[in-house]
Amino acid sequence: MRALQIRGLTKVYDNGMQALKGIDLDVEEGEFCALLGPNGAGKTTTIGILTSLVNKTAGSVQIFGHDIDRDLTLAKSCLGLVPQEINLNLFEKVFNIVVTQGGYYGIPHHLAMERAEKYLTQLQLWDRRDEVARSLSGGMKRRLMIARALVHEPRLLILDEPTAGVDIEIRRSMWSFLRQINAEGTTIILTTHYLEEAENLCRHVAIIDEGTIIENDRMSRVLRKLSVETLVLNLDRDLQEPPRLPGYEIRMVDSSTIEVDVQSNRGINELFADLTRQDLRVVSMRNKANRLEELFLNIVDNKPAASRGAS
Amino acid sequence: MTENRGRVRQNITALWTLVTKEYIRIVRIWIQTLVPPAITMSLYFVIFGNLIGRRIGEMDGFGYMQFIAPGLIMMSVITNAYGNVVSSFFGAKFARHIEEMLVSPMPASLILLGHVAGGVIRGLLVGLLVTLIALFFTDLRPEHPFVTISVVFLTAVVFALAGLINAIFARKFDDISIIPTFVLTPLTYLGGVFYSISLLPDFWQRVSLANPVLYMVNAFRYGILGVSDIPIDYAYLIIGVFIVSLYSFALLLLKRGVGIRE
Repeated sequence: MRALQIRGLTKVYDNGMQALKGIDLDVEEGEFCALLGPNGAGKTTTIGILTSLVNKTAGSVQIFGHDIDRDLTLAKSCLGLVPQEINLNLFEKVFNIVVTQGGYYGIPHHLAMERAEKYLTQLQLWDRRDEVARSLSGGMKRRLMIARALVHEPRLLILDEPTAGVDIEIRRSMWSFLRQINAEGTTIILTTHYLEEAENLCRHVAIIDEGTIIENDRMSRVLRKLSVETLVLNLDRDLQEPPRLPGYEIRMVDSSTIEVDVQSNRGINELFADLTRQDLRVVSMRNKANRLEELFLNIVDNKPAASRGAS
Repeated sequence: MTENRGRVRQNITALWTLVTKEYIRIVRIWIQTLVPPAITMSLYFVIFGNLIGRRIGEMDGFGYMQFIAPGLIMMSVITNAYGNVVSSFFGAKFARHIEEMLVSPMPASLILLGHVAGGVIRGLLVGLLVTLIALFFTDLRPEHPFVTISVVFLTAVVFALAGLINAIFARKFDDISIIPTFVLTPLTYLGGVFYSISLLPDFWQRVSLANPVLYMVNAFRYGILGVSDIPIDYAYLIIGVFIVSLYSFALLLLKRGVGIRE
């Protein structure tokens, strides 16, 4: 079943700014989908429409088959939102925030309390349950918003930059938690500016820019489109100048480190074989940038000028 | 059928959650919600009722303290029913946690009813508190208990609805104090709380009749003392018209997402 089906979604704000220009997007049930795009691309507007916080101008949205124009109540019941901005009642206790949200979804009080305990424990907030939200750190507030969004156990969870400003340790524990609930069957749509996060977590990626979907495919297929990857190689000895290898563009970073642009149609084995022939041993290797990041910048930067000026 | 029953159950739970949350908010910040009106009204009773009232003498056949007591109770009900909704709803809008309700399947009518219930609860709690304070100064035995209870309840509903509309349109904190300061307070003070309009010249009596608060205060005074400047039927009619109009307008605003959705 399709968790989300968007057709011709358009949004024109009162000031005339066209935030969405008729986008189409499908997300299958059980999917972990990244929705990427530069600032102001239309990600948050799209999420706002899905969650009925923003009124759409035209188009249709179905969430698990429920049209938001005809059956908003059922569509909303399937949906959980972790917004980009902190929108907690900062004077309310952590436990009450989660239980109250359950109540708004019609979850009986005793069940809402059980689930609040379950998710606050899983998100390592149970010890802070009796504290008011304003006493929590930024990372804790974000985790509290995840617990709040899960109390009605939605089939589709939308996370709008959930790890913004969160330290790496907590970010990784959030990744592991999100992987777990996705494995348990929750469909997830994630927007993030950490492309490493998207590449690690998501199996599907949609890239939106200037209100238009410009890429929408399996993550593996999208990454295959990356025509050139830049590798940083640490060598076992110092060089005076970059080695001359036909077919590769090589730059010196320092005396024992080089950057090599490798075309996707040439394997890394071939590069190593060529380096070995020149008596150069590679001690370690890394990608210069995250692969998705390179691809993202290629796609967004290389769009035709005409489409860039469209808005 | 089963689906409908399930949805009704969900809605009841959602409404109960919102009303409980509002009630807990009122009680948790009692020093802001319950104490100030109690102190203000005590001062009114001491200064206007006890000190100045002795020199004024009788009004409509009652001692001045007894005459103003129903008006002061009603004044506190009006300002607190209004103030609770306007501050709670605008506060939620300002801090954006109103989105907790907006993303949930709660229909707009329940969001409206829950907040109005919060306003009515605070209005009636404060009204009860002021009544208890009034009993230290004067004797109050409702002549018409049904009129007393129904009028105070319906008036709280009217002003809770008005507070909600104010909060929906408000964009900054100034916007939630303009209406109470420049509209609500003058209407209440000129609504027969401290005097009978029979004391006014004809022209000002006719002007006073355009003030809806006059009908509510007088209907409540009729319930307690059995005297009124206006016919009670008119009061019920006006309160009814206000409730229907304000409810419809507030619901329309919430459904359209005015002030809460982009």
